[in-house]
Amino acid sequence: MDITVIAETTGDGLHPVTAQLVGAASSIGGTSTVLCPGGVGAAEAASIAGVTKVISVKGDCFGSFDGGAWAEALNSVASGDVIMAAASPSGREIAATMAAMRGIPIVQDATALRPGISVTRPIYSGKAIETLTISTPCAITLRANAFDAAGGGGNADVSTVNRSADVAVAVREAIAKASERLDVAEADIIISGGRGMGDPANFSHLNEVADIIGAAVGASRAAVDTWDEIPHSMQVGQTGKTVTPRLYIAVGISGAIQHLAGMRTSKYIVAINKDPDAPIFGVADYGIVATWEEALPALKAELEKL
Amino acid sequence: MGIAVLMKQVPDTTAKITVSGGRVDESAVSKWSISPYDEYALESALQIKEAGGVDLIAVTCGPARAAKMLTDAAAVGADALVHVLVEDLSALDSTQVQAILAAAVKHTGADVVFCGKQAADTNAGSTGPGVAHLLGASCVTMVSEIAVDGDSFTAMRATADGNERIAVSSPCVFAFDKGTTELRRPNVRGIMMAKKKVIETMSPADLGVDMGGSSVSIDGHSPPPEKPPGQKFEGAESVATVVGKLRDEANVI
Repeated sequence: MDITVIAETTGDGLHPVTAQLVGAASSIGGTSTVLCPGGVGAAEAASIAGVTKVISVKGDCFGSFDGGAWAEALNSVASGDVIMAAASPSGREIAATMAAMRGIPIVQDATALRPGISVTRPIYSGKAIETLTISTPCAITLRANAFDAAGGGGNADVSTVNRSADVAVAVREAIAKASERLDVAEADIIISGGRGMGDPANFSHLNEVADIIGAAVGASRAAVDTWDEIPHSMQVGQTGKTVTPRLYIAVGISGAIQHLAGMRTSKYIVAINKDPDAPIFGVADYGIVATWEEALPALKAELEKL
Repeated sequence: MGIAVLMKQVPDTTAKITVSGGRVDESAVSKWSISPYDEYALESALQIKEAGGVDLIAVTCGPARAAKMLTDAAAVGADALVHVLVEDLSALDSTQVQAILAAAVKHTGADVVFCGKQAADTNAGSTGPGVAHLLGASCVTMVSEIAVDGDSFTAMRATADGNERIAVSSPCVFAFDKGTTELRRPNVRGIMMAKKKVIETMSPADLGVDMGGSSVSIDGHSPPPEKPPGQKFEGAESVATVVGKLRDEANVI
């Protein structure tokens, strides 16, 4: 089975999820041809084990993001039975557009694949798990960090093709993030605060802990909706980001069902809450019944010792 | 100008999801709501409509219960309501859903489509880009703000590095993220008027959509894996114990 993998890029290189896409493709008996939009990361892609071919797709349209234009340019060189991409915002859009162009079905955000093709994906933001069978040809996007990455040591051929498409979406202004802080969607460790923090200014205490362990700072929907200072980009939960870090620390978060849906698949969960009956303790590996005012200075002191 | 707002009815985000007999039990869902991101699409369309010269058509594809959501949209200001009746939406694959919605948009005559970036059930996000392709329209996703100027729009969209202000001309599809605007609630007059609003109910066949077969079949649903019960400690003095466990037991720091 030929699988066309759309490389996920980060400006000047490959996002680590790209090797996971190749690993997943191999796990269902597929051979991967990796398409690199704008030619980014082609040499790196060629070194991923299991890649048979890399096509560096160059064109003016790759200068800024227009999902329709990218999909059109990439689609003209895609020949696989399966189009595979990362379930990132851009990956989802490119794959969905390519699927529509080819008249094939798409399933997004898979967390497991078996030959057949059997797809497992969370539904209702993880409140349930769905298993489905999709016939080829099809498109599938995969959740980051849900699949084992293919190793290195590959030596695939790289070819370059020039393909472009009309760009309809013109970028007028790029506005960088206010802080250089890690995004919760990308982070390995997350510390999140809820309305129990009492005041948005108190998130500075979370920032201090985050700085020690290289964590991103998140927030509950209640915190985001209550305080203008806490942006939606920090929201973890059903209408925010679904995250799977190796460590999630929830501080002053009671654990509304929609928050739990977004973080319950974290590898380890620590909950700090003064209410011993808070639902967040139901998903926590380690619960600490304490106020954040007492617990955060202690946490800071302990982490600094490591 | 016409704006079609695509809406999907989903279990409210506060609703518990139960699985029985290997399937999600829809009859056990306590409350059905408009998918949250579609609400932002609707609110943004209402704001553009208030500036004048725009017809707002609320469109859904789904079972009979979804009609209530259209009436709710009329109560806050939707001019026309289109319901493509499909009893079991989960039996359709993305190509079928997109074919129906694209045909419904064509039927309304709208050249601009607003929708949520993804629906809160499958969280897929395929509909906006797919419908855009079928309509020959441009597509912008992750939109948090929008302004109109004639046939052109400027919008703010989220990117990996922050935000971008973009410009695009109609025909186009905008898929909305959660925005900063407050969602409006209907007033009594709106609710009364909405009761009289006619919903145009049609089948995919009425729209001339040849459905074909689904390429996707659902094998089963299961509840999320149970976590083994965790360990609970009293008081801030236990922080040291927990940090020790994170280091030695869990090996995550």
